[in-house]
Formats: sequence, structure tokens, C-alpha cells
Amino acid sequence: MTATTTASMAATPARTARPPSARLRSWATRAPLLPALIFMIVVTQLPFVATLVISFFDWNALYPKARHFTGLDNYHQVLTDPDLRHSVWTTVLLTVAVVLVSLILGLGLALLLDRRFRGRGIVRTLLIAPFLVVPVAAALLWKHVLYNPEYGLLNGLLHYVGGPQPDWISNTPLLAVEASLVWQWTPFMMLILLAGLQSRDHQQIEAARVDGASDWQIFRHLTLPHLRRYLELGALLGSIYIVQNFDAVFTLTSGGLGTANLPYTVYQSFYQAHENGLASAAGVLVVIGSIVIATFALRVVSSLFREEVSRA
Amino acid sequence: MSAVAVRIRRRRGAGLGLLAWLIGLLFFLPIAWMALTSFHSEADAATNPPSFGAALTLDGYRDFFGVGGGASPWPALINSTVASLVSTLCVLLLALPAAYALSVRRVKKWTDVLFFFLSTKMLPVVAGLLPIYLFAKNAGMLDNIWLLVILYTSMNLPIAVWMMQSFLAEVPVAVIEAAQIDGARLPTVLARVVAPIALPGIAATALICFIFSWNELLFARVLTGVVAETAPVFLTGFITSQGLFLAKVCAASLVISLPVLAAGFAAQDKLVQGLSLGAVK
Repeated sequence: MTATTTASMAATPARTARPPSARLRSWATRAPLLPALIFMIVVTQLPFVATLVISFFDWNALYPKARHFTGLDNYHQVLTDPDLRHSVWTTVLLTVAVVLVSLILGLGLALLLDRRFRGRGIVRTLLIAPFLVVPVAAALLWKHVLYNPEYGLLNGLLHYVGGPQPDWISNTPLLAVEASLVWQWTPFMMLILLAGLQSRDHQQIEAARVDGASDWQIFRHLTLPHLRRYLELGALLGSIYIVQNFDAVFTLTSGGLGTANLPYTVYQSFYQAHENGLASAAGVLVVIGSIVIATFALRVVSSLFREEVSRA
Repeated sequence: MSAVAVRIRRRRGAGLGLLAWLIGLLFFLPIAWMALTSFHSEADAATNPPSFGAALTLDGYRDFFGVGGGASPWPALINSTVASLVSTLCVLLLALPAAYALSVRRVKKWTDVLFFFLSTKMLPVVAGLLPIYLFAKNAGMLDNIWLLVILYTSMNLPIAVWMMQSFLAEVPVAVIEAAQIDGARLPTVLARVVAPIALPGIAATALICFIFSWNELLFARVLTGVVAETAPVFLTGFITSQGLFLAKVCAASLVISLPVLAAGFAAQDKLVQGLSLGAVK
């Protein structure tokens, strides 16, 4: 994906027959772009190529002399390691659950906030706040202040109604991580969907209402089709961010109790186990997974983008 | 519409407004509780049932800032400030000319270039982490705040290019051409003509880049140690419980989140645009 765009970039200065002034001018047009482009290629693409190369080596940082080429052995080991396979499953589960729930909640909230009511601005601000807490701080807040079985707020509130006093993180570790992420990501989904709702054609909706369409009919046949692309965009961007989540897993459970997702596992396998080759192979697999999601994401972004461009 | 129907609609509207208020307060409750707890004494913070009306004190904040001994958060806060501000500045310096070449005087295949930037954002951080770590180790750049500055710049550059591209596209080309005919050179055109029109958008972009840099944990955790640790890394010191420390945790979380909350509320209107990489306005 990235290779094709850079290749097509390089292919542009083909008009050598033109007088040099035209060539100079086309380079002058391109010049402001180059620092950013070169910087991005060096800082993001080169390390990935290095990861790809390392993934073919048996390389433990504690035994640097024993480094040797092993072909696809690391991939074989990664794909057959039950822990790693479990972390793939955890990643999928975590991402799908968080994205779906926050998308549905976000849609509900966006619909509520699309109406006029007293203090709408304040409610919007209250709802955005969770997204603006530093992720580690948010995870600490859930871990110690809300989930703590002895003095956490959740059990404190349950105490009033005589409810049980569960140990949330030990009993339902993955759900605990998911709940904290849903809390942070629902505002994000709400903001995207609210932007979608506000870009609806209001005359069309008024016309439908005058023609006697019910609220549900308007939602089902006008609003939802219009929102489809925004829903897709929210889902895909959410997936890209949450597939990579490290902060919540690291803070809430330190990857224990079966909550280690792929980024955490990769982090652990080189930072703690010093298995450079294995970590790289796992990293490459994460990238392949992301490319699958990203291909769809880019398509959605590009269709929204082209709409914008053609409208302008 | 009959008067009755209008009244029903209005009453239901009020009910839905109330529901929105309730959910908004529910989402805000953890933060409000965190703020209240940060002003409680440690003994009052760790009670069940919770002590809502306990006496207020600044002990949690004193504890966090290391007044009575213990690690001071100031080096971490300063590191975070330097990394976030400098990287945001670098992002702006690189992104502004790039966005200009992608929106005002467009290079050929400008959409391809734009999508190249976006695609780098979808490359997971963990994929490049190990080579970066090995490089930093060999170059003696581990535990160095400037390494984070470079990485945060690369992390935020695509977002900034996308956002600014869409802001600069709103600058009328005729104005720019007029300035160029008058003999103004590119830097002058950028500073005098483009910047004033695009300034609110540029400010929002900067705020969003600042937020992302300030929040970042994985790079900072792997690549920094004692000297260059950032505020989120400092927070990871609270992961394991240390007796009665709830008020201190709340104070720490709140203080470290404060710059992000401030930046986020300031950039509220442009927040979606930044987070959706400019795809949603």
C-alpha cells in the first residue's frame, strides 16, 4: 500500500523534454512537501523493514552470539504458541466488543444531543470529558478508584442497595478492561456520529415529516442510510486505535488473567523476554492484521474525502 | 400540526433532554468522584460505603508533589511538556508546507500522497518499536527526551497534514495568486496570506497533536528510564497498590490530565476533525 504511493510519486518527473524552467518549477511545487515526506519514510517505514528482516532471525538479546537466520521458524513458533494465539483472540474480542458497544452507545447519545434542550452544551462537555483523561490516568481511575473490591466506588454504591461485593478485575478481567475503554471511546463515537447527524439534509427531513412520516420511519429510511458511512468510519478508526491499545491492558491487569492482547505480548516478548526474532514476527503479524482493517478504513475515508472534494 | 401533538412532542422532548442530562452526569461521575477523592484524606478516601461529605484537604496533592518526601513528579511533568511542545512545533513546521503543497499549489497525485500519510498512521506502533529500541541503544539515545520528540513528531505528522490540508483548502486561491503576482515569495505568502485565514485550524491541530504526545505511553515506557520519563510513565508507578494511596492517585491523575482536558475543551469543535484524520468536518 505504501510502496505503490511512493512509486507513483517517483514516476512523476518524467517530462525531461520540457525546458529546465518547467522542471524547476515542478520541483519548486514539490519542495515544501519533501521534508515531511522524507521524515515519515525514514521514521516509520525503515523500522518496519528492519522488523521484517529481524523476524527471520533466531535472536535472543541475552545471547547475541547465537543469532542466526531461521527463515519462517519464528512465524511457525508464534502461530503455534498457545499464549500468542490466545492473545490474538483476546485482541479480536477486545476490539470488537469495545468498538460495537461504544458505537451503539455513541449513536444513542448523538441522537439525544442532536435535539435542542436546555444545557445541551454542558451535557456535551460532560460527555467529552472521559475521552480527555490521560489513558493511563483513566485506567488507574478504574482500577483503584472504581473497581477496588474493598473501597472502590462501584462496591461502595452496591453497598447502599445491599448488593454483592465482587472483585471486578479478578472475576471478569477482560470485561473490566472493556468497560473502561468503552467509557473512554463512547465520546469519540458520539462526536463522529453527531457530526454525521448535523450534516443531514434538514429540508428533506422536514419534507418527510410534513408528508406524515413517523420519527422511526425518518430514522430508519433517512438518518440511518446517511449515517452509514459515519458509522463505518467510527468503527474503523476505533478499531485502528483499540487494536493497538496498550495503556489499559498494561495498567489494569498487566496482561494477566488472560487479558494480554497482541501489542502487550509483543512488548513483553522483547522487553522482558528479550526474544527479538519472535517479537518481530508477532509484530509483522499485527501489521498484516492492521492492513486488512486499514484497507477498508482507507476506502471509507477516501469515499468521504472524494465526496468533500467534489462538493467543494 | 395540532396543538395536542405539539404538546406531546414538547413533553417527550423534555423527557429526552432529561435523559441526556442523566447519561452525561453518569459518564462524568467517575471524574467528579476522582476530583472529590483527591481532596479527601487517605483515611476518608478508602471507606466503604464512600464518605461523600468528608473534610476536604490538600494532603493528596502535597503527597503527589513529594512535599513530604518521595519522588517528585516535576522532572516527569517537565519532560512531558518539552516532548509535547517541541514535537508539536516540529509537526507544524513540517506539516504546514506539506499541506500547502497538497491543497493550495497542488503537486500531481496529491491524493496519493495524502493517503500515504494516512496509511503510516495505521501501521501499529509495536511493529517498529524493536528496531527503534535497538537503534536508540546503539546510538546511545535511550532515556533521551529528544528521541521521543522525533517519534512523537512522526506519530502526529499524518494527522496534522490531513487536518491542515483541509483547513488550507478553504483559503481562496485567487488571494494567494494575487500576492504572488505582487512579487511575494513563498514564505511571505505563507506567513502573511495563508496563516491568518487558516490560523484557527492550525491552533486546533496543534492542540490535538499536543494531546496525543502528552498521552503517549508505549514509546515512553520502552525508550525512557530515570532521566527522560514522562508523566504517563510516572503514573505507571501507581499501578500496584501501595497501602492507602487513593487520594494521591486521584490527585496525580487529575493534575496530569489537566493539560489535556484544557486543550481538549479549547479544541472541542475541531476535535472530531482531528481524530477522524480530517475525514469528518
